[in-house]
Amino acid sequence: MSTLKTPVSGSDRQTGYRGAPVTLVEYGDYQCSHCGIAHPFIKRLLAEKEKDILFVFRNFPLQEAHPAAYIAALAAEAAGQQGKFWLMHDIIFEHQDHLDGNSLLSFAEALDLDMHQFAQDWKSEALQQKVEADFESGIRSGVNGTPTFFVNGEKIAYDETYESLLHAVERVAQAHR
Amino acid sequence: MAGSILEKGATAPDFDLHCTPDQRLKLHDLKGKRVILAFYPADWSPVCSDQMAVYNEARKLFQQHNAEVIGISVDSKWCHLAFEQDRHLHFPLLADFEPKGEVSRLYGAYNEEEGQSKRALFVIDEQGVIQWSYLSPDGINPGADGILEALETMDNGKH
Repeated sequence: MSTLKTPVSGSDRQTGYRGAPVTLVEYGDYQCSHCGIAHPFIKRLLAEKEKDILFVFRNFPLQEAHPAAYIAALAAEAAGQQGKFWLMHDIIFEHQDHLDGNSLLSFAEALDLDMHQFAQDWKSEALQQKVEADFESGIRSGVNGTPTFFVNGEKIAYDETYESLLHAVERVAQAHR
Repeated sequence: MAGSILEKGATAPDFDLHCTPDQRLKLHDLKGKRVILAFYPADWSPVCSDQMAVYNEARKLFQQHNAEVIGISVDSKWCHLAFEQDRHLHFPLLADFEPKGEVSRLYGAYNEEEGQSKRALFVIDEQGVIQWSYLSPDGINPGADGILEALETMDNGKH
């Protein structure tokens, strides 16, 4: 099984419990339907295993297969510059069948973002580099499609069920008790 | 013969196959470049489609190491064309179609029972010598991490 080659750091988008025994990293693509299926699983996992999990999302947009995946990744990162990464992340996944430049702008407006700032960040070199760096770290870690999950640095066997995520998380969490 | 793919140090067998309906590609045309030859079982199958989609996106990383990726399966040139267009693939897919599987056999990457290529990767250097190879189980997408590591090892060997 592959291992995570780039450790989780302060530059990663993180949510959940700091100091949790389990760090769950997802490499995902906002326009990938399988990631859309996994999205509510993650929400449920974070709610049910509140003290056990720190969740990290890294971008792995397959741009040729999913034409809006890259701009969606940038939009989430740009919202993150205003402290609303996870709100944007949720809205994008909840509307993943309707992603384009206009819908992404309307999500930013709905989140009450400073639109001038958003427009600048959305196209900024720095955020593009972040998305590309996420992608490259995924390639180096053996990510071969999305979503791919790592629990404490080890790639897990995810079979599109909530249970497969839950078991992977519980196995590590229990070892820490 | 069965079950062993060509390994590091072997000269990569030359080929002359259709990459589009009216163009052919020969390995020796690519001398001076590194070539990543990715044999795979079939266009359209789920695992291969993911694998090719990932290589499509990883091309820019490969190119930083003077390497071009080429896919190869026993599907026909017309099947490849439709697959490339549907998936927006920007690298050549070779048709090992007639005689069926001939090139796959030369690399030890032919599955006689299924009548299709195995899922095998070869990294070939500028002189046409295999520097790294990897055979993946049919159902497992090998990703690109091994390819990148092989290319980096080749970079380091130059100094």
